[in-house]
Amino acid sequence: MVVSISKLCKSYHRGGQVIPVLSDISFDIAEGEFLALMGPSGSGKSTLLNLIAGIDQPDSGSIVIGGVDVTQLTETELAHWRALNVGFIFQFYNLIPVLTAFENVELPLILTSLSRAERREHVTMALKVVGLEDRMDHYPGQLSGGQEQRVAIARAIVTDPAILVADEPTGDLDRVSAEEIMGLMDRLNTESKKTIIMVTHDPRAAKKAHVVRHLDKGVLTNAHSQDTL
Amino acid sequence: MHILKILFKNAFRHKLRTGLTIISITIALLAFGLLRTVIDAWYAGVEASSAYRLVTRNAVSIIFPLPLSYKDRIRQVDGVSAVSWGNWFGGIYIDEKNFFANFAVDARTYFDLYREYAIPDDQRTAFMRDRKGFVAGRKLAQRFGWKIGDTVVLKGTIFPGNWEFVMRGIYRGRDPNADETVFVFHWDYLNETLKKAASTRVDQVGFYMVGIRDPARATSITDAVDSLFKNSYAETITETEKAFTLGFVAMSDAIITAIELVSFVVIIIILAVVANTVAMSVRERTNEYAVFKTLGFGGWRVAGLILGESIVITMLGCAFGVAATYPAAQIFGKAMGAYFPVFHVSPGTLLLDVAFSFVVGILAALVPIYRTLRMRIAEGLRMVE
Repeated sequence: MVVSISKLCKSYHRGGQVIPVLSDISFDIAEGEFLALMGPSGSGKSTLLNLIAGIDQPDSGSIVIGGVDVTQLTETELAHWRALNVGFIFQFYNLIPVLTAFENVELPLILTSLSRAERREHVTMALKVVGLEDRMDHYPGQLSGGQEQRVAIARAIVTDPAILVADEPTGDLDRVSAEEIMGLMDRLNTESKKTIIMVTHDPRAAKKAHVVRHLDKGVLTNAHSQDTL
Repeated sequence: MHILKILFKNAFRHKLRTGLTIISITIALLAFGLLRTVIDAWYAGVEASSAYRLVTRNAVSIIFPLPLSYKDRIRQVDGVSAVSWGNWFGGIYIDEKNFFANFAVDARTYFDLYREYAIPDDQRTAFMRDRKGFVAGRKLAQRFGWKIGDTVVLKGTIFPGNWEFVMRGIYRGRDPNADETVFVFHWDYLNETLKKAASTRVDQVGFYMVGIRDPARATSITDAVDSLFKNSYAETITETEKAFTLGFVAMSDAIITAIELVSFVVIIIILAVVANTVAMSVRERTNEYAVFKTLGFGGWRVAGLILGESIVITMLGCAFGVAATYPAAQIFGKAMGAYFPVFHVSPGTLLLDVAFSFVVGILAALVPIYRTLRMRIAEGLRMVE
C-alpha cells in the first residue's frame, strides 16, 4: 500500500491566533517501507503521523493511501478505514486498564464479523507474535512497560493492517525494553511486510528504519536512507 | 468479550463513586415508589368503586340527611336492582387516634350490594340475628386484635353516647383494592336507639347506595332518581360511586399535587447525581474514548459505550430501589393503615420506576456523549488522567 502525501498544510487556532504546524509537505512512502519521522518537539511530526493515520484532518493537501484520499473521507468512513488499514502504537501504550491483555487485543476485532472462536484464534496468534501468549489473562497493571507495549503492538497487528503507525513507541521504556520493541517492529516490517511509520526522538530506534525524514518547524528538511545515518 | 462486560467493568472502575450513586438512585426510587403508592392509596377508593353502584345524597350537602321513605321510590326507578342505605357514624374507639371508618348500614341489603366484601355465611347469619352485632374488615380486626364474640364500645360523636357492639363477623376483600378496614353495624340499632331518645333524627339516612343493572344507563338512572325528589324539601344528588368517591378525594387535591411534584423533584435530583457521575467518569477516560475512536469505533459506538454505562448504573439502582420498595411499603402500610386502608405497590408504579430510571440513564449520558462525539481524536489522545 503506497502512501502519497501532497502539499499538506495544517495549522492550529489558539485564542484567535493561527499557528502553522505543517507547511506544504509532499513525499511518498513505499509499500513495506519503515519510515522514521524525527525532529525537535513541536516540529509537527506527531501531527503528520496523525494526518497519515486518519485521526486528524489537514487544512489542505491530500494523503492518498492505497488509492484512497483519506482527507476526503467522512468521520464514519475514516473510522471504518482506520479499522481495516491502520494499526496504532502509542508512547504510553493506551491499553484499557480494566481489560485483560487478551481483551485489549480483541478490541479491534469486535468491529469485525469474526466469530468468537475466530477472534480467539486471531488474538492468540497476535499475542504469540509478541511473545505474550502466557500473559493473556493479565491486566495492564500487572505487566511491565515493555510487556504493555508488546500487548499494544499485538492489538495493532491483530486485524492484519497494511500500515502500522507508532508515536514514540520506545519513549516510555528503558533501553532493554526499547530494544525488544524495536526488534519486534523490525520483524513485523521484514517478515510480515508491514509499512511502518514511526515518530521518534531516539536515534537508536530510528536506526531500524529504512528511511528517516526530519521535520523542523513544520517543514520537511531532508530524507536519509538507513545507509546514510 | 461482550460489550456488556466492558460496560460493567467501566461502570465499576470507581467502586465507591458508582456504589454511592447506585445507593442514591435506590433511595430516590424508594422515595418515588412510596410517594406514588401514597397517591395510589389516596385513589384506592376510587379504583375500588363499582360501576354497578350509584350514591344518592342530599343535594345541599352530605351532612344533611334524607328521609328513609325515599328507598321505596328509588327502588321503583327503571334499571335499579337494589337499594341500601347507611349513615356515617363517626364513632371513636377508645381514643381519637384509633380512627377507622364506621357506618350504620341496612344489614339486609348491604352485603348483597357490596359483593367485593366476602363474609362467611354462618357469620353473616349471626350478624343478622344480633341487632347489636357488627362486622369488621380483616385488617381492622387484626389491628385491634378483635375476635368473634368480642364486645366493642364506640363513643358516638354525631350520635352521642357509648354504643356497645358485639363482633359477629369478619369480611375479607375479594380483590386487592377492597378496603378491609371498615366497621359496619345495623342501621336499625341506630334508628331504634334514636327513637328511644325521641330524637328528630329518626328514620333519616345519610345516603343511599343504589345498585343498577346496566352501568351504561347510569346517567339516565341518576337523572330519574333526582327528578323524583325535585322541589321536595330534601332534593337529592345521585352520582356514580366513582364520582362520589372522587368528590372526597378532590378535597385533598392540593396535597396530592404537592406529593406528585415532590416525587418528580426526586427524579430530577437523581438525574443531576447520575449526570455528574457519568460526566466525571467520561471526562477521566477521554483518552480511552479517543483510543476507541482511533481503533475504528465510530462515534455512535463510543456513544453506545457511554450510554450503556449510564444505563447500567441507573438500572442497577432501579433494581435495588424496586426491591426495597416492597418491604418499605409493607412497613409504611402497616404504620399508616388507619389512613391508607389499601397500600399496595402497583405495577404502574414499578413501570414508572423502570421508565424513569431508563430516561435518567439516557439524559445523564447526553452531555458526555455530545462532548465525546465532538472531541478530536488527536486532542483526546493527548489527555492523560
